[in-house]
Amino acid sequence: MITFNDNGIYCARAGVYIDPWKPVDRAIITHAHSDHARWGMKHYLAHHLSVPVMKYRLGSDISVQALGYGEVIEMNGVKISLHPAGHIWGSAQVRLECNGEIWVVSGDYKIADDGISQAFEPVPCQHFITESTFGLPIYNFPAHQSVHDDINNWWRQNQAEGKNSVLFAYALGKAQRVISHLDPSIGKIFTHGAVDNVNKLYIENDGYLPATQRIDATVDKKDIQGAMIIAPPSASNSPWLRRFEPYKLGVCSGWMQLRGTRRRQGADRGFVLSDHADWGQLNVAVKETGASHIYVTHGYKSHFARWLTDAYHLNAREVETLYTGEQADDTLDLEQADNKSDESIQ
Amino acid sequence: MRAFSKLFTEIDQTTSTNEKIHALVRYFETADPKDAVWTVALLTGKRPKRTVKTGELWTWCGELLDMPSWLFAESYHMVGDLAETITLLLPPSEEHIEYSLHQVLLSLIALGDKNEAQRREYITSMWQHLPPGELFVFNKLITGGFRMGVSDKIVIKALAKHFSVDENIVAHRLTGSWDARTVSLNELITIEGDSADISKPYPFYLAYPLETDPHELGEVSEWQVERKYDGIRGQIIVRDSQLFVWSRGEDLLTEKFVEFHPLVGILPNGTVIDGEILPMVGDRIQPFHVMQTRTGRKNITKKVLQEAPLVMLCYDLLENDGIDIRHLSLQERRQLLEEVIMNAKHRLNDLPLHLSPIVQVDSWENVIAERQRSREFNCEGLMLKRKNSDYKTGRRRGDWWKWKVDPFSIDGVLIYAQRGHGRRANLYTDFTFAVWDGDELVPFAKAYSGLTDKELVEVDTWIKKNTLDKFGPVRSVTPLQVFEIGFEGINPSPRHRSGIALRFPRILRWRKDKTVKEANTRADLLELLKAQL
Repeated sequence: MITFNDNGIYCARAGVYIDPWKPVDRAIITHAHSDHARWGMKHYLAHHLSVPVMKYRLGSDISVQALGYGEVIEMNGVKISLHPAGHIWGSAQVRLECNGEIWVVSGDYKIADDGISQAFEPVPCQHFITESTFGLPIYNFPAHQSVHDDINNWWRQNQAEGKNSVLFAYALGKAQRVISHLDPSIGKIFTHGAVDNVNKLYIENDGYLPATQRIDATVDKKDIQGAMIIAPPSASNSPWLRRFEPYKLGVCSGWMQLRGTRRRQGADRGFVLSDHADWGQLNVAVKETGASHIYVTHGYKSHFARWLTDAYHLNAREVETLYTGEQADDTLDLEQADNKSDESIQ
Repeated sequence: MRAFSKLFTEIDQTTSTNEKIHALVRYFETADPKDAVWTVALLTGKRPKRTVKTGELWTWCGELLDMPSWLFAESYHMVGDLAETITLLLPPSEEHIEYSLHQVLLSLIALGDKNEAQRREYITSMWQHLPPGELFVFNKLITGGFRMGVSDKIVIKALAKHFSVDENIVAHRLTGSWDARTVSLNELITIEGDSADISKPYPFYLAYPLETDPHELGEVSEWQVERKYDGIRGQIIVRDSQLFVWSRGEDLLTEKFVEFHPLVGILPNGTVIDGEILPMVGDRIQPFHVMQTRTGRKNITKKVLQEAPLVMLCYDLLENDGIDIRHLSLQERRQLLEEVIMNAKHRLNDLPLHLSPIVQVDSWENVIAERQRSREFNCEGLMLKRKNSDYKTGRRRGDWWKWKVDPFSIDGVLIYAQRGHGRRANLYTDFTFAVWDGDELVPFAKAYSGLTDKELVEVDTWIKKNTLDKFGPVRSVTPLQVFEIGFEGINPSPRHRSGIALRFPRILRWRKDKTVKEANTRADLLELLKAQL
C-alpha cells in the first residue's frame, strides 16, 4: 500500500504523500518542523495544532485541511487517521488502512511524556515506519522532570553569581517545552524573536506559558539581570548574544548525552532533553505496534534495522529519506527567515 | 570518589580558567589529604601504570550486558571513548557503595599482580556499585589518558593559593619523581629543603610562537638568537656524584642515554643544564628519524651508538654550584654556562655537551635571512630570547619566542575518513590523504588538525554524502576534495606505501579551488626528500 519514491513516502491508492520532500499535489504532514512540512504542496492535511505554524512558516495562503486525533477520513477506500506522536505539540502519527492492511508512519516521536505535547499512543499495525535518530544503546535519556529541575537550579546558581542564563532550544516545540517548565519565581524570562513568534501561536491555539518578554528595541539592557533567555541554536556565535553578558550558555538536546558533543558545542552546560525517542523508547514503540515489517528512516538506520532483525526476528529494513531528525548542531530551524533577529536594544 | 567525581563534573562544566582554579581550591580545602595527593598526581600526568587491558574491559562489559559485539563496537565508534561508552551502556547500579579515591587507585595498582578472574571480579563488582558520575570517573581511571581539561598551570595556581606558597616553588616541587603512595600533599608542597630528592629537575621554560613582525620586538641588540633544534628537550643534572637526564615530558631517561654517563666527575656537583638532546655525527646534526631509531630501542647496541651518538646542545644553566640561578639574566647565565662547558671540555676530550651557538646578527633583516637558512642546519627555525630575561616556569609570552620556518606543503586528495575521539567524537575528522602515482592515488599522510569547527562539520556532511565504502570505522570517499597539507620534515619510510613519512602533518587549507587532477604527485614528495638528505 505504501512505497518510497523520490518525492517521499507514497500511498498510490489514496494518491497522497506523507511528509514529501518535493512538491506534490496532496501531502499529509506529521508535524510542522521544516524537514517534514515543506513548501510547495498543492494541498496539505495536518493536525489542527500544526496548521497555524504551517501557515505562519509556509504562507497564510496554503491550502490546508485540519484534522483531530482519531478522526477518520477516507481517500479512495483508504481510511486515514492521525494519532498523537508525542514529539512536539500537534505532532501526529499517520495511520492508513485498506482491506485489512494497516500501516503507521510515525514521523518523529517520543514515548516519554513531556508534559506539553499530547502523549504518544501506540497504534497496532503490520507495517511500521520509524525514525532512529537515537537508535544506539548509548542513548538513555534521563527522566525529563529531573532535567527541568537541573535547568532551574542552573538558572538560580547563575543568578547568584550575577550572570544571565542563555539556553538554546529550537523554536518550535522544545522552546515551549522548556519555558513551560521554568520556575518564573526565579526571575525574568526573555525570548529571541523566532521563539516568541512560535510562543504566540502556541498560546493562541494550545495552552498556557509563563510570561516572557521578547528581546526587541523596547527592552532596556539594565533589565536583563539574572534572567533566563531562550534562543534557537542558530543564535550561536552571533553578536545578538553579546547584550546578555555576562552569561552562561546552556544547550538542550539529546546529543548532549555524549561528552564529546557537549564539549564541541562550547556551551557551559548541556542538558539531555530531546523530543525524540531514546534507545529504550524506540524498542518499546516497535514492539507495541505488533508490526512484523519495520522500515527504519533517518538516524542510525542500519544499526537499528540490524538490531531489530537480530534481536526480535522482525523484517526490518533501512529507507533513505531526507528527514534530518535532531541535529547535533541543530540546523533544523536555520532555513527559517524568522530566525534572523535584527532587533536591537538601545 | 564522590568528592573527586564532583570536582571532575565542576571542571568539565566550565571553560573558565578561574572557575577551574576555584573548584580545585574548594576541593583541596575539604578533601581527604590521602585523596588530594592522588588528585594532584592524576592531574599532572603521574597516573599509575594501567593494569587492565582494553580488550578485557570490552569482553567483560559485553558479557555483563549480553549485547552483540557489533552493537557494542558501533556504540564505541559513536562515543569515541571506551570509558564513556561503558558508562552509558551499563545499567544504573541498584546499590551504591562509597569508595575513597586512594583506595580505588591502590586496588587498581594491586590488580597488576592478580589473575584475570580476580581482575574481572574486582572491575565488574565496581561497575555494579558506583553511581553514574563516579562510574565514569572510575572508567577513566582504568582506561588511561585521564585528561580533565586542567593544565599543570591550573593545578599549580590552585595549590599555590591553597597553601599560600609561591607558584614557582609549587611548580618545582611538583616536578621529578614523587610517589602519591608515600608522600602527603603537605610534605610535597610545603616542607623546606629538597635534600630528599636530588633528582628533581626544574620546570622547563617554554616559548610561544612568534606571530608578529620581529621588528615589533624592539632593538635587535636586546635579543639573543639561537637555532631551534628538533631533538628532545632535556635537563642534565649532576648532584651528589649522580647523573639524572630528564626529558621535557618528565621522563627519566638516564639509563637510555649512556653517552652522558661519563659526566659524573666531569661536571661539578650541583649543576643543571637545559638543552636539546640530538644525534650528531662530526659536527652535523642528524635528522629526527635517526633520533627515533634510538629512542624506540630497548637495547642499545654498539652499532646504534656509532650511527646515532647523542650530544646535548646546551641552551641554559639553571643551577650552578648547587645554587638555583634562574633569577639571573640570560646573559649572566650564558656566561656561567660557557665557563662550565669550557672547564668540562678540559677534563673530557670528546665531551657530549656543546654550546648552542649564538647566531650573529646586527639587524632584524639578518634574523629574517638566518631563519630562511634553518633547514640547511636541520633546524626548525630560530629562538629569540631577551638577553635580560630570567628563566621562567612553563609557557610564557614576552621574553622568549620560537620562530619556526614555514612548513613544507603538498596538495593531497582526501580518500579515507574516520570518526574522531573526545571532542570530535561523532564527526569524521581523522583524514587520510593521497598523492598521484601515475593514475593511482597513494596515501601519504594522516592529518587530524587544522580545520575550524565549522569546516569540520562541513567536511563531515560531505563525507556522509560521498561515501564509497565502509570498513569498520573507516569510510572511503569519492576522491574529489583537495587539501593543502603542511609538515615540518620528510623522512624515508619503507613501511609506508608512499615510501615516505611526514613529521607533524596537519591541514593548512581546504583547497576548494583545486580539482583532483591538480593535486601533487609522489614524485614531488620524493624530490622534497632528496633535497633534505
